[in-house]
Amino acid sequence: MRAYKPKDDVQKKAYYTDRFYVSPQVPKFSVEDDEVFAHDLEAIRAKVEVLDAYIQVGQMVVFIKPEDNYKVLELLRDRCEYTQLSEMSAIDWLAKRGGFEVFYQMLSMNKRKRLRIKMFINKGEAVNSVEKLFRSADWSEREMFDMFGIEANGHPFMKRILMPNDWQGHPLLKSYPLQGDEFASWYEVDKIYGKEARDIIGPELRDTAKVDRYDSERFARLGHEVPKGTKITGNEPKNEQNYQEDGGVFMIKKFDKKDSVVIDDPQR
Amino acid sequence: MQVKNRLTPFFENITFDREDNEMILNFGPQHPSAHGQLRLMLHLQQEMIVKAHPDIGYLHRGMEKMAENMIYNEFMPTTDRMDYIASSANNYGFALSVERLIGLEVPRRAKVIRMMLLEINRIMSHLFWLATTALDIGAMTVFLFAFREREHLMDIIEGYCGARLTHAAIRIGGVPLDIQDSFIAQLRTFLDKLPANIKDYEDLLNTNRIWLMRMEEVGIISKEMALSWGCTGPMLRASGVAWDIRKEEPYELYDEVEFKVPYSDKGDNFARYRIYMEEMRESAKILYQTIDMYEKCVKDNQTELMAHAPKYVSAPKLDIMTQNYSLMQHFVLVTQGMRPPVGEVYVATESPKGELGFYINSQGGPYPYRLKLRAPSFWHTGILTDLLPGHYIPDVVSIIGTTNIVFGEVDR
Repeated sequence: MRAYKPKDDVQKKAYYTDRFYVSPQVPKFSVEDDEVFAHDLEAIRAKVEVLDAYIQVGQMVVFIKPEDNYKVLELLRDRCEYTQLSEMSAIDWLAKRGGFEVFYQMLSMNKRKRLRIKMFINKGEAVNSVEKLFRSADWSEREMFDMFGIEANGHPFMKRILMPNDWQGHPLLKSYPLQGDEFASWYEVDKIYGKEARDIIGPELRDTAKVDRYDSERFARLGHEVPKGTKITGNEPKNEQNYQEDGGVFMIKKFDKKDSVVIDDPQR
Repeated sequence: MQVKNRLTPFFENITFDREDNEMILNFGPQHPSAHGQLRLMLHLQQEMIVKAHPDIGYLHRGMEKMAENMIYNEFMPTTDRMDYIASSANNYGFALSVERLIGLEVPRRAKVIRMMLLEINRIMSHLFWLATTALDIGAMTVFLFAFREREHLMDIIEGYCGARLTHAAIRIGGVPLDIQDSFIAQLRTFLDKLPANIKDYEDLLNTNRIWLMRMEEVGIISKEMALSWGCTGPMLRASGVAWDIRKEEPYELYDEVEFKVPYSDKGDNFARYRIYMEEMRESAKILYQTIDMYEKCVKDNQTELMAHAPKYVSAPKLDIMTQNYSLMQHFVLVTQGMRPPVGEVYVATESPKGELGFYINSQGGPYPYRLKLRAPSFWHTGILTDLLPGHYIPDVVSIIGTTNIVFGEVDR
């Protein structure tokens, strides 16, 4: 039986994992261990519900409900001195949990602390834009929309940022293949030459590094691929010339083409 | 073959038929002073910009996607292609974040070599910045001078790792090689000459009328704006925040070296220029100290270059070639890749451009579940939206110059 390959996560997987292998965990510590973080967490708890909180690799991670994100970030900026939103983005958990995790990476320069606000949203849900609080979220939220399709409510210019405006699909989803999908392979052909030229040009070769190692016929034509079985010589007559010197080479038998066999099927 | 109508751009380059007398000027993406593929749509009233709309993505290669499909060590050379002006800084940022994730301690000698590479990269990057920005503004001499010095540094790096631009000189767990014999002598020669060289640039620029007109009181970023836009590095320090991650959250041996963090409260182009120059001097100071640290490592016979962690890092080559078990470990690490523990980490390092952060979410597999690259230039490009309005067309070039954006990093 062929191994089952899930369609909702087409990213590369480990090809072998020991049956008894148990992944170690990066240790999580209680927030009470750190005075500053404990204080911040208390401030957040006073305002909204905190689902989980711990310290990992020196940074506090706080899980909140998605509708509270604006309130929490406002609180952190105005009351807790977290003046910079270093980074925000999402993690695709559609395959396992049916949604996305959105994280906000905050930095307090006065306290020299970093913390991460995390929240889980279901598929199709939007987040509240925090662009009013941190201008840096303007571009981050656009990037998140571009890469995951998560919209931010209240964003002034919710448009793709890295991919072209008329692109279809969201590249960082786990269901999106690394080499791009059907749409991606026709995008430039359609755009530059028009749909009517599809038959002449063919789909774009998205994996430029792909080499068929069993192909002894066309491996030298990388980048100029033709369908399998196409005569690549055109109408050129067969060259019957023998390339061995007339007098022969020491120790090597004279090559006679008539005695040799040409194997037509390279994959025989 | 080509259907002409299909190449009509979304925006005409210039529109004259608007009622409000506003003109839209399309700057880039192929503009020599855009430092890469930056497209700016500028709404103009006469010569003044009233609205700016930066458009990026022309160099988007999907590095975060690639990272999800690569084992950790495989991704290292890809990080070179982010900020390709100082590629070791990217290598280092990635290596450090994976090391923090798995909790590796790097041997001291490797740390010293890493610091040397990082600071050499910083000087290289700043020299490149100076050269290109000066060239954009019209100072050809400074361009040639700065490239001459940068060449010297690239030769040193080439001697170390064989590459001049995309170094891949740092590994997860340490560095692959010890520095070559001529490294320190070459570096000393360079450093001894550097103050005089920097003085040359400053003599050419500091009192140059054209330079001052294009730099002073142009592109002022207030402190609030810099913080709100996520500016880091020289962009933030020029706006009055003395925040340097090397100083505030020291990694490697930055807590053992003496250096100052130059900052200014002016926030204009000139302040940023001065900070780049000062930072080169500070980097030189750090480099002198790392040379001493390296020589002490040699004297103390600390020869380890890679961390000893068989689960994550291959053994030294000699062991691999002589010991069976090391060979097996190496084979597994190369074919399957290391498997860091389940967890997530965000590590920020001070790259020449600003805060370079790597967020890694590991689910225990050999491929990162999610890797987010926090590249400083991304927001330094975004700030142009708010920064350019109110300025004039000639200022655009000098402002883009001093933001020091590199598009490998913006688009990733």
